[in-house]
Amino acid sequence: MAAPTPRSRRTPWLRALRRDWQLYSLAVLPLLFFLTFRYLPMLGNVIAFRRFQPGGSLFGEYWTGLRYFRLFFTDPTFWSVFTNTLVLGALTLVFCFPLPIVLALLLNEVRNRALKRFVQSVSYLPHFLSIVIVAAMVLQLLSVDGTVNQMVRAVGGEPVAFMQQAGWFRTIYVSSEVWQTVGWGTILYLAALTTVDGDLYEAARIDGANRWRQTWHVTLPGIRPTMVTLLILNIGTFMAVGFEKILLLYNPLTYPTADVISTYLYRVGIVSGNLSYAAAIGLFESVIGLTLVLSANAISRRTVGTSLW
Amino acid sequence: MVSTQARAQARTRKPVARPRGPRPTRGYRVFQVVNALVLTGVVVVTLYPFLTIVARSLSDNAYIVAGEVNLVPRGFNLTAYRVVTSDPTFWVSYRNTVFYTVVATLVSVVLTTCYAYVLSKKHLRGRTALVGIAVFTMFFTGGLIPNYVLVTSLGLKNTVWAIALPNAINVFNLLVMKAFFESLPVELEEAAAVDGLNTYGTLLRIVLPLSKAMVATMVLFYAVSFWNSWFAAFLYMDRQDLLPVTVYLRNLIAGATDATQTGGGLGSAGDVVQSAATIQSVTIVLTILPILAVYPFIQRYFVSGIMLGAVKG
Repeated sequence: MAAPTPRSRRTPWLRALRRDWQLYSLAVLPLLFFLTFRYLPMLGNVIAFRRFQPGGSLFGEYWTGLRYFRLFFTDPTFWSVFTNTLVLGALTLVFCFPLPIVLALLLNEVRNRALKRFVQSVSYLPHFLSIVIVAAMVLQLLSVDGTVNQMVRAVGGEPVAFMQQAGWFRTIYVSSEVWQTVGWGTILYLAALTTVDGDLYEAARIDGANRWRQTWHVTLPGIRPTMVTLLILNIGTFMAVGFEKILLLYNPLTYPTADVISTYLYRVGIVSGNLSYAAAIGLFESVIGLTLVLSANAISRRTVGTSLW
Repeated sequence: MVSTQARAQARTRKPVARPRGPRPTRGYRVFQVVNALVLTGVVVVTLYPFLTIVARSLSDNAYIVAGEVNLVPRGFNLTAYRVVTSDPTFWVSYRNTVFYTVVATLVSVVLTTCYAYVLSKKHLRGRTALVGIAVFTMFFTGGLIPNYVLVTSLGLKNTVWAIALPNAINVFNLLVMKAFFESLPVELEEAAAVDGLNTYGTLLRIVLPLSKAMVATMVLFYAVSFWNSWFAAFLYMDRQDLLPVTVYLRNLIAGATDATQTGGGLGSAGDVVQSAATIQSVTIVLTILPILAVYPFIQRYFVSGIMLGAVKG
């Protein structure tokens, strides 16, 4: 965001309004959107501290204090879904953050432009698919008669009901996430790679650095700002692990590993109607998410001097 | 993959030339071959699911059940296509998807353009606050439950507005468009002002005609995301005849998984699940088709849009 303008150069409000009222009028509807559908729900979280009656007031009926928070802190299911959220979030970060960098570096080494463009076009494609389609594909590939089980059978194994076993869920979730996001994730890195100064490679070569050392000492530092920015953004979405995909892929048999905070609060709140309880869980989740992004940003500003704002 | 690269490099003792340099060393040539193989692997893994779904959609049930269908259709037939395309519900949901996408995209593009234009005016008093209002929502949201309560109590359930309004402005798209407007030369609008055009006139007659590519990018960003969305409709549409095609497909999958569970899982699940597999494949193919048809043309816009957004970041 822009640096604050010195007070003396600011236009007084009245003059600004008279001069720019047409511009301000264009902002009215968008602001109405933000207030109604973004900020009002934030205030709506107050029902986490109040008794909510369906059909009653948007903000609940009477105060209940921390009752709902105490409820979920003592709820064993909550701690199980909390752990699952952390595990899935961490796995997603560990795989989906570095793999685009690796793929971008590999693509960057391709001399044949047609081949490079072809690989790029193909690898971007999954990004454009609805999550429903990805889930449907996963179910087909992993069904008893699907490709994966055909391979299992080919090496003499017994077919596995992958979607029915809690032990497989994390692998399935993370690999389908990698499948859908890695190609698209290379775009920013490829752009950053073209900005790395060619003279630096020249200098490194004269100093006797081989290709590998050039990559390590020139290329990677060159794209570090992009890496840090994307890492912070990734950390920001850490808690919001793919709610929609899990909702499509999980079932009661895989709850032990698949159920995360967002799916749990969906079932508690919307399916079972305990809206206040679910709002308390949701608020807890949002606050952790915000804290994560703020601390990641602060740490990166101190250590590498890159920050989001 | 990195270790392969490292090994290929380790084999060469001498300083290695950059690829653009005169003579690539043997180690680097080995790496090039390995790299080409890895990237071919990426292409195969990415495309395989599409091809196998197409093959399954064209195959006979018996072969699918026997686990003999992977890339080539076995027992080629179009029965499943006939079944799906003769289901009126499928066409109703397809029509709903088109309708929701058009309405929601229209609302989104208009609101995003207006706000981005305002935010791009550096001299505007209160601009920083207006930007902040938008950016803050990227990092903190009300969450599912308050949104659900809000949309329900506004009476938006079972209307297109339940899909269009809650996600009308995507802040990333907003910042992309703002960055674009900021890159336009100031002189143009000064000239417009001299010619007596007011703000609305400048936006409509001068700025937008210069921003056709940007507006097209926005239309694509929003249209693809609304076309693909399912959860809002799943949450707020109670009637079968209001569901978009994504939810139609979701219900098919859910039906199939339920059948697997009640059927006792492996083997014994039998025909219900298997016929659902062909039907599912056909529905997947028919849902992806429009996206695939426009993909070669829209990909370019997406990439340039992402870049523009990243510059602003």
